[in-house]
Amino acid sequence: MASEEREQPRARQRLRVMAGHLRRPGTGPAAPSTAEPAATATATATATATDCPALEPAAADGAAKATGSIPRRRQEILKWNGWGYRDSKFTFNKKGQGEFTGKRYRLSGMILPALKEWMEKSFGASLEHKTTPRTTPNLDLPLSILNEECLKDLKYLNIPFSQDPEDRLIRSHGHCLHEIFALREGKVQRVPDVVIWPSCHSDVVKIVQLASKHNVCIIPFGGGTSVSDALECPTDEKRTIVSLDTSQMNRIMWIDEKNLTAHVEAGITGQDLERQLSEYGYCTGHEPDSMEFSSLGGWVATRASGMKKNIYGNIEDLIVHIKMVTPRGVVEKSCQGPRMSTGPDIYHFIMGSEGTLGVVTEVTIKMRPLPEYQKYGSIVFPDFESGVACLREVARQRCAPASIRLMDNTQFQFGDAKHGDEESCENSNNVKIIFIGEWIVWIGHALKPQVASIFTSFLDGLKKFYITKFKGFDPNELCVTTLLFEGAREKVLQQEKHVYDIAAKFGGLAAGEDNGQRGYMLTFVIAYIRDLGMDYYIIGESFETSVPWDRVLDLCRNVKEKLVKECKEKGVQFLPLATCRVTQTYDAGACVYFYFAFNYRGISDPISVFEQIEASAREEILENGGSLSHHHGVGKLRKRWLKESISDVGVGMLKSVKKYVDPNNIFGNRNLL
Amino acid sequence: MSHMAPNTMAGTTVDSLYSQKDTTLNKRERFEDLMEERRQSSDLRYAMRCYTPVVYKDLVPRTPSALRSVVLKSDPVQYVIKQLAKETGESPDIISDEASDILEKMGHSLRLSIVRFFAFTLSKIFKMLFHKVHVNEEGIQKLQQAIQEYPVVVLPSHRSYIDFLMLSYIMYTYDLSLPVIAAGMDFMGMKIVGEMLRMSGAFFIRRSFGGDKLYWAVFSEYVKTILRNGDAPVEFFLEGTRSRTGKSLMPKLGLLNIAMEPFLMGEVFDMYLVPISISYERILEESLYAHELLGVPKPKESTSGLLKARKILSENFGSIHVYFGQPVSVRTLATGIVRRSHYNLLPRHIPRKPSEGVHRFLDAIGHRLVVLQQKNMVISPWVLMATVIIQNLPGLTLTELTRQTLWLKTIAEIFGASIDWPENVTPDKVIRSSLALRHNIVKTIKNQVVLFQEDVLAEFTVEMIFKHTVSVLMCASYRNQILHVFVRPALVAIAFQNTQSCKREDIFGCFSYLREVFSDEFVFLPGNLVKDFDEGLYLLMKSGAIHMSQADLHMSEKGNTTISFLSVMFEPFLEGYQVIFKYPLHPEFADDFTEKSFIAAFRTYAAELILTGAIKYNEVLSTDMQNNALAALIRLGAVEKFKTAEGIICKVNKQTLGRVVDMLAVPRIPVKNAAVARL
Repeated sequence: MASEEREQPRARQRLRVMAGHLRRPGTGPAAPSTAEPAATATATATATATDCPALEPAAADGAAKATGSIPRRRQEILKWNGWGYRDSKFTFNKKGQGEFTGKRYRLSGMILPALKEWMEKSFGASLEHKTTPRTTPNLDLPLSILNEECLKDLKYLNIPFSQDPEDRLIRSHGHCLHEIFALREGKVQRVPDVVIWPSCHSDVVKIVQLASKHNVCIIPFGGGTSVSDALECPTDEKRTIVSLDTSQMNRIMWIDEKNLTAHVEAGITGQDLERQLSEYGYCTGHEPDSMEFSSLGGWVATRASGMKKNIYGNIEDLIVHIKMVTPRGVVEKSCQGPRMSTGPDIYHFIMGSEGTLGVVTEVTIKMRPLPEYQKYGSIVFPDFESGVACLREVARQRCAPASIRLMDNTQFQFGDAKHGDEESCENSNNVKIIFIGEWIVWIGHALKPQVASIFTSFLDGLKKFYITKFKGFDPNELCVTTLLFEGAREKVLQQEKHVYDIAAKFGGLAAGEDNGQRGYMLTFVIAYIRDLGMDYYIIGESFETSVPWDRVLDLCRNVKEKLVKECKEKGVQFLPLATCRVTQTYDAGACVYFYFAFNYRGISDPISVFEQIEASAREEILENGGSLSHHHGVGKLRKRWLKESISDVGVGMLKSVKKYVDPNNIFGNRNLL
Repeated sequence: MSHMAPNTMAGTTVDSLYSQKDTTLNKRERFEDLMEERRQSSDLRYAMRCYTPVVYKDLVPRTPSALRSVVLKSDPVQYVIKQLAKETGESPDIISDEASDILEKMGHSLRLSIVRFFAFTLSKIFKMLFHKVHVNEEGIQKLQQAIQEYPVVVLPSHRSYIDFLMLSYIMYTYDLSLPVIAAGMDFMGMKIVGEMLRMSGAFFIRRSFGGDKLYWAVFSEYVKTILRNGDAPVEFFLEGTRSRTGKSLMPKLGLLNIAMEPFLMGEVFDMYLVPISISYERILEESLYAHELLGVPKPKESTSGLLKARKILSENFGSIHVYFGQPVSVRTLATGIVRRSHYNLLPRHIPRKPSEGVHRFLDAIGHRLVVLQQKNMVISPWVLMATVIIQNLPGLTLTELTRQTLWLKTIAEIFGASIDWPENVTPDKVIRSSLALRHNIVKTIKNQVVLFQEDVLAEFTVEMIFKHTVSVLMCASYRNQILHVFVRPALVAIAFQNTQSCKREDIFGCFSYLREVFSDEFVFLPGNLVKDFDEGLYLLMKSGAIHMSQADLHMSEKGNTTISFLSVMFEPFLEGYQVIFKYPLHPEFADDFTEKSFIAAFRTYAAELILTGAIKYNEVLSTDMQNNALAALIRLGAVEKFKTAEGIICKVNKQTLGRVVDMLAVPRIPVKNAAVARL
């Protein structure tokens, strides 16, 4: 009886889904209205595991492709012990030349002749001194805590789950240095007991209900790219820990061209979302550096920021609607009005909640037509100070291109240590920066006393044009801004001129498109370099902050100096790499990104030393007027400073929300508070 | 168990003081005489030699005029100009001109030619005035490194006008970048010379500019701009003015606050503070000071005055010791004490008063630096002699003087003083040559050493007292140079005598009251009460004056000499404070008074008391002591200040005052529990 009643509406819904799929969404005015029931339909339909696979092919040629690029067994394509795809990594070939493997990136397959030298010169690393990490994950895990009754109920849900050690291990961490280091060493602490893969909103509702019933701890897992210890399981958690992996909730459920919005399941990765939207001629424009792997839900939960936020906005500007499942029930708004005055915005409790309140299941996000035209650019400044002044002026005039980033001298040298073999000197005018860059790496480290003579002889080989152009630029001071313009062709060209005009006022020289493009190409591969470093006793991390304009220079200098000084005091034998870039501009300030790495040979407990130094750098940031985080979030790594950052009362406000929404601490990852 | 505690505490102090002792001994060996080379080679060549000082690593060189224009255009100055324009209705341009005028008057304009001129003439003058100029070269090396690393503030002690001339001279000699010196505006009164001082790196500030916002903004921005860019070390005097008494003055925090702000606001990563101790065997201004202390106004600085002072060139002023202290990192001082994030919420160009926390921090480091200056002072034999003489007025025999001086030398060394006692010379010779140098203060008649004016003191008149007191104060100003060595053990000794108790708690209670009363007179680190007591007690035990049996403290047989010597050493202060404290209880005393009227009226009152022989020590006539005692009364709540239309009026709280007077007479107070717990 009961099953029959349930069966009937389900069949009806399935019909509607099919009907929806027959009509290509986005082509007709009916799309939004047809798509909406589809959402409900899929949600219900996937409720049984047997239904899910049946639906997927249908969805594939419909509103969206249901197959995301991340499978359940993510370890099949992703590294278990480092960043990104298994096939892509930096390595040294037999000739000792640097190389980037795989085929996925523009840099893939290229020989990087300067890399070795850069590592040797910058870190005192040597190819002979290699670490010996584990080649396979340590699967000798503590037994999965899961009582019989809970297991029975779990099976009854008909949602795929796993107790396989490998599945559990790879969901027990994010990408903090100490987490990766521990994996390579085979050190295992608390890991989830069960991994579960809901495929829709209602799956999540059921899981959360079950968790409440059995008092189980849920830790939501999206792309696993956290760098705030957010995924770390509390070691003293005695309850069963369920890792709720959203990666299979990855469909675009509908798109609405009238309102330029898309309703998407929260587990979709950035690259899937953009690729799929692009098939309809749209994009969200939200491109965090981790977008290949990080998920929409994760962006919401951490208040993410994208590289092109100047045009598209940060996640809080992009969100139109959020659906979140909490132990107290589902929270969402009843309409999709573009702005509301209905008390404090409840979405702001959700954004940045870091998995402490519930699971974001579905999101309506703004989309934009794909840009007509894209253009890269770069500017060389005589020093960091004038670069910052220029960015400030660009922000003042509100003419920032989609992305504008200023790298300090060290980082600029780094970027150029990696340029490919094929870009040789006779190539074109555009190689000037590479040339100068390589020269810096060469001179700056190896042949300092002979600067003048080598400079002269080197410059003889260049065109006269550049001699005059570069006259007066100190190679140890100059720094580069990379630019990405996007939009209508006319407007882009106009904006480009505007920005270069401003730059000229601050002594900046346009340095070509290629250098800009190379800079952005590095965005995605730069995360891979740490794994190479760790093979050679180099450990590193990036961290970020946001700071008012008038404090940018002071903060950058002081934090870098603090890093160097702390290294010295903590017994680090080699000079560290401490470098920064101004990576976002705002009306009232900027986002600054630091890269910090050092050679740890000779130190017995490198991770603890590293963490102490990183913490002291964070203190320095806070004392210099910087924020606790611009977009990485607080997690557990930075929560000791939260009270100081938002006041006692502020923490109390957050706590009271947590207390109401999740009184039994089902979402017990203990981030933030 | 509880008996053990004091012992262990003393134990830890032993170690720290022994190590300190070692450094004081080494210190002497490492001094080099700067004049030796000057006496052997050409001054002209020296003045014209290649001068290439090391500079701050991030220095962007600029001219003094460029510096001035940076200051004028800076946000803080522009902000105040706009504010004033709004408040007064004046056009911003006029105010801006005013600011530029202030800068013009204030700013330094370092010129190498003038520096060379000074190098030449000062060589000549110093050679005439001083026997030797000792400098610790290790300190110079440290300073040199510090200058390269971070912006530097040099903080010399201030006993004489010679201080900053000497310092610049030394820094020139050792190829250090010349400091930019905050000097009093009064120097500008000296034609030509003022201008020349400016060209050698001095910049001039008004003595007081409390209300003048524009002046404050320009001045503070000027100092901060120099520090931020590391143009040159900034030099100023923590004590604010030359100490007329030979004792260190309480640190003034205004300039220190300005100098700290670049660090506190994150504009520089770190800064170094370098305490410098300049010890004179004989101070040029000694007689002027004594007169000033008795209320004779300080003569105005003028070039003609300077020329008249030429005659001092024929006199011998002995040796100078300049000790460059270990550079102190501001960041290290501030770590864990000051949260700089406090500066995050107000734009940095808006002037602000330091928060309570920052003020406490400044106060603490100010005191600490003065104490560091004291620690590295070098004490001459004459200081020991003056200490003995002033306890034995009207005079004592040469033999007795020698005996007591040598005894004091031993004690002082045990207490950690570094004494410049000539080696390979008989004590007798040392004493005699010191006396010869001091012919203006003491003389020897028939083997009897007496104060200079002593014999004219036939009849007692106010005028005679005045003359006599000048000699006393001059002599006292040398004794005062060693008081910092003795003040802690002496106050413990006095507490020991006063309480007539052998209980540690009782003695501590009395000590803490004395320390409180005298905390404007002698420099104590804030919040260091227990440590001060421990140190004082430890030194007394170390010298064998006091020993401990069970938990009780007892005076040893020979300890009597030490204890009474120490308490007599400080008796002028105890007596002086008592007299001053009691004065407001006098029936003729006016209820409302100002600080000025108090001092004036008290002088007459005290002179009469001296005439009648009711007071033993003439030092009470020193305005310095009177001011300090009055400050103590205010601090203790016995005198209250009120702001009225006519200015600040003081009123006596007779009840509290009565209590204060009683306690000082027989200082016995209930000990606070917290303090005992820490013992």
